[in-house]
Amino acid sequence: MFVINCPYCGEREQSEFKAGGEAHIVRPKQPTELSDDQWAEYLFMRKNIKGIQFERWVHTHGCRKWFNVIRDTSNDVIKAVYKMGEKPPTK
Amino acid sequence: MTKNLRVKTSKFIDETYKISFKFNGTTYYGYKGDTLASALLANDIHLVGRSFKYHRPRGIMTAGSEEPNAIIQLHSNSSRTEPNVRATEIEIYEGLEASSQNCWPSVNFDLGGVNNFLSPLLPAGFYYKTFMWPASFWEKYEYFIRKSAGLGKSPTEPDPDIYEHRYIHCDVLVVGAGISGIMAAKTAAKNGFKTLLVDEKSYLGGSTIYQDSEQFKINNQILNSWLEKEINEIKKFENLEVKTRTSVAAFHGYNFLLARENLTDHLSIDQRTNKTRQRLLKIRAKKVITATGALERPLIFDNNDRPGILLSSAIEKYANLFGVACGEKNVLFTNNDSAYETAISLYQKGINIEAIIDNREEIDSKLIKEAEKNNIKIYKGFTVVNTFGYKRINKISIMQLSKDGQKVVGSKISIACDCLGISGGWTPAVHLFTQSGGKLKFRDEDQVFIPNIYPSDQISIGSCNGDFTLDEIISSVPNKLKEFLNVKKTDYENLEIYSAFNKSKRNIWLLPSDKVIGKTKSFVDYQNDATAKDIKLALREGFRSIEHVKRYTTTGMGTDQGKLGNMHALGIISETAGSKMGELGTTTFRPPYTPLTFGTIVGRNVGEYFDIFRKTPIHDWHVKNKAEFENVGQWKRAWYYPKDGENMHEAVQRESKAARDSAGILDASTLGKIDIQGTDASEFLNRVYTNSWSKLAIGKCRYGLMLNEDGMVYDDGVTTRLGENHYIMTTTTGGAANVLGKLEDYLQTEWPELDVYLTSVTDHYATVSVCGPNSKKIVSQVIPELDFSDESFPHMSFKNAKIDKIKCRVMRISFTGEHSYEINVQANYGKSVWEKCMEAGKEFNITPYGTETMHLLRAEKGFIIVGQDTDATMTPIDLQMDWIVSKKKYDFIGKRSLYRSDTIRDDRKQLVGLLTENPEEVLEEGAQIIADIKKSPVEMLGHVTSSYYSPNLKKSIALGVVKGGKNMMGQKLIIPMENKQINVTVADPVFLDKENKRLNA
Ligand SMILES: [Zn+2]
Repeated sequence: MFVINCPYCGEREQSEFKAGGEAHIVRPKQPTELSDDQWAEYLFMRKNIKGIQFERWVHTHGCRKWFNVIRDTSNDVIKAVYKMGEKPPTK
Repeated sequence: MTKNLRVKTSKFIDETYKISFKFNGTTYYGYKGDTLASALLANDIHLVGRSFKYHRPRGIMTAGSEEPNAIIQLHSNSSRTEPNVRATEIEIYEGLEASSQNCWPSVNFDLGGVNNFLSPLLPAGFYYKTFMWPASFWEKYEYFIRKSAGLGKSPTEPDPDIYEHRYIHCDVLVVGAGISGIMAAKTAAKNGFKTLLVDEKSYLGGSTIYQDSEQFKINNQILNSWLEKEINEIKKFENLEVKTRTSVAAFHGYNFLLARENLTDHLSIDQRTNKTRQRLLKIRAKKVITATGALERPLIFDNNDRPGILLSSAIEKYANLFGVACGEKNVLFTNNDSAYETAISLYQKGINIEAIIDNREEIDSKLIKEAEKNNIKIYKGFTVVNTFGYKRINKISIMQLSKDGQKVVGSKISIACDCLGISGGWTPAVHLFTQSGGKLKFRDEDQVFIPNIYPSDQISIGSCNGDFTLDEIISSVPNKLKEFLNVKKTDYENLEIYSAFNKSKRNIWLLPSDKVIGKTKSFVDYQNDATAKDIKLALREGFRSIEHVKRYTTTGMGTDQGKLGNMHALGIISETAGSKMGELGTTTFRPPYTPLTFGTIVGRNVGEYFDIFRKTPIHDWHVKNKAEFENVGQWKRAWYYPKDGENMHEAVQRESKAARDSAGILDASTLGKIDIQGTDASEFLNRVYTNSWSKLAIGKCRYGLMLNEDGMVYDDGVTTRLGENHYIMTTTTGGAANVLGKLEDYLQTEWPELDVYLTSVTDHYATVSVCGPNSKKIVSQVIPELDFSDESFPHMSFKNAKIDKIKCRVMRISFTGEHSYEINVQANYGKSVWEKCMEAGKEFNITPYGTETMHLLRAEKGFIIVGQDTDATMTPIDLQMDWIVSKKKYDFIGKRSLYRSDTIRDDRKQLVGLLTENPEEVLEEGAQIIADIKKSPVEMLGHVTSSYYSPNLKKSIALGVVKGGKNMMGQKLIIPMENKQINVTVADPVFLDKENKRLNA
């Protein structure tokens, strides 16, 4: 069970949070213009990286805010957290 | 008959406090401070169990939690009985009852012992190979395997004891209170860290605390007295908490550890009343210092498992700590100096030592000289080749080792003995370190795995880090502590050390024998009866990975996880396969380090506290009126209200009829309610529902269907426009939390520009739903000043009102197809409004109905229940609900998916009505639907989702999903049941009042 540093509340137990899959997948603005394949790419295709992964998390039992997490899936070390809409830290 | 082997008073044993206990039905005595194992040994009892596979007699092997053999069944009563308790860990108390568990009918005469003679027929993988075929015989095999092998009995009644969970946060956690752990705890506490020190034993000080020999000294003090002073000092720190009888079970990432604290297991049963038995500690530590020590290795030779064979360090502990001799004619067999430490301890206490067998040829240390001075016979360069004695060792034979240690030479020498201590050197207890994700490295010089890469803020110190000797500990631990805790000094610098111990060791994983390997029984894993021969066989059969060999031979798969023999298994694999130990890796050590009781794991979450449940504000009324309840999500909902001995069917039929004939009343408070406000609220609803919301007037209600982005139905409910920028959305009872979460997700991540605020108000309102042809008359009496005329208050509209002075919202909406009203009122007035409706409805025989009747009534109307008639593979089109999908809206959640190649298939499962040929026959929900029984294999077309007997239509009705069902209207299909086939006809899912006349009746 890891400790996540919520950008709004600070460090909290993992059990207060819920994972929400890969980050930075933007819902297409004009879905109707997309082919089946393009839509399927948005809808279904997700990376499952061993190593550095960009993820969405939500502080369900806290402030209920969504935010982004950079986590190394091989050892669960969280490299950074940042708010929705912000760019990932470069370092 | 039994002898008393208590040889010396020990300060850890209170000989004024005599305790009686029963083992296998016989009463024995021990003293306060004894473990069950030490008390049995004092009574000269070694035979305590039978081995798992061969049922060989087994005795106490160790003096700690690593015990593989002496695992017993504790307590005889059916609620407290506990299997797999290590006799070496349980402290005796008045009235303790224990019995051997892996034997039938008794430990002295075990029928399974025949397996020992059949052992050539029981090689590694025997169970896999034999019992796999033919599969149909498995039941028969299983009966015999379970009867003759089983590892203990489970309790058959609820556990009467109390358990609890506790969170602990600390700066520094020290695991293990041996000499290294005490040094760490004191250094941390002295420097202001909030420190927690835990140890699985009942005392502090580890093995050093009973080290009373002149051969080891610090500052010219014997070790135990030096350490005692340190322990007395640490007790003074207020920022240091010490917990004994506390075993760390798991070390997870981010320094999160689970420990079990035993609070009453050492007390007599009557002293335990109303006390918490065990506590699960959930520890989050900023820094962790692991000082878990090391486990002595056995030696692997033929028949190395007889009762009376113990680890050499265990014999020393029984003598020093408990004042018990494990035998009268003791022999020690070693490859290092540790056994001499034992020998000198025993000698000092007047316990006889026949001989020491040392596999090293050239040895020289102060310890050995001391042993020689005491005229202890030492066989240098020898190995034990066999042991004798069925239920207790009585003789060993030894032979000289060849120079390379690969074979034995010369002739056999026999030595009579009743106890054999073995010492194969030490294995660092790295279990917790590896559980935490740490990576080990192999140290070739003494063949041990030691911590290498730490995954979190932690260190291992002392012998769990491979620093075994006193000199090594004192020279490494203080420096490590200074660096890890970032402190300038410790109390342990410039100590004067005297140690007679020499580190030399001659490591031979499998000792040679004069027999061929196939004829030997050299046990590597005692608990699972895996021998060196089994491991070699697995390698011959092609297994290479250590994890595969482990599973095939079951080495390390017992309740002790192979704490003693895993290293030897690796060593034998590496020697046989010619691979390097370091490259082979180890098997994974998994939590818990020692077994946990289920009670500890669940804590207080038992019985009514197992899971939380939610009650509506009207719950008490339902209880008083004898409702049966059903669980819906976490809610307890009134299911039906049986009257005068009615069964469920009769009650539901009566309730359903009353609701359509006159009036019914339902507690709908559990429906999810989300308050939506903001200038973009209408736009938001347009995006999350399939239909259009722009033109919904203030004061009007609308049904909405919500999809997932994949086009599948997710939730449904009625939303009411309360004001220009204000809506109240209702969701399904079970879906409320998820719907709110999903809406928040879209708002925060995809559409942050929308001005919308969501608030869950499910618990804030009670909802009373009154339906039926007389509903209007009833609610008009409850709220007399409100205009209920159809012109002023039509179907799908809403009004604010007051009942007495209490504000309420009244919606004219219907889930039954009847004329009906929902009154929403602040939760704490819910019951009073319900009672007012009951009172007003008396003259109309107003009938409370539960969820079952609600489901029946809506099924008559063909209304779906999300989650019952849908299962996340149904689109609105599949449900024949095309009417609710807006063609005009450019986008909404899931829209694009409604015309993917897969969602537009004609042969998708679609919702249809089903009518049985025999109107009295009610289908089973979940039953399969087929068309042609003769086709092979039979093609499954779908299944029944909802099915009831309709008292209003006087026939059986059902909803189901059928492949291509939309175009099968009127077609005959078959429901195949176990002993019959039911003929059905595909029908319109709306069975009653398709014209919606009743809504305005
Ligand atoms: Zn937060």
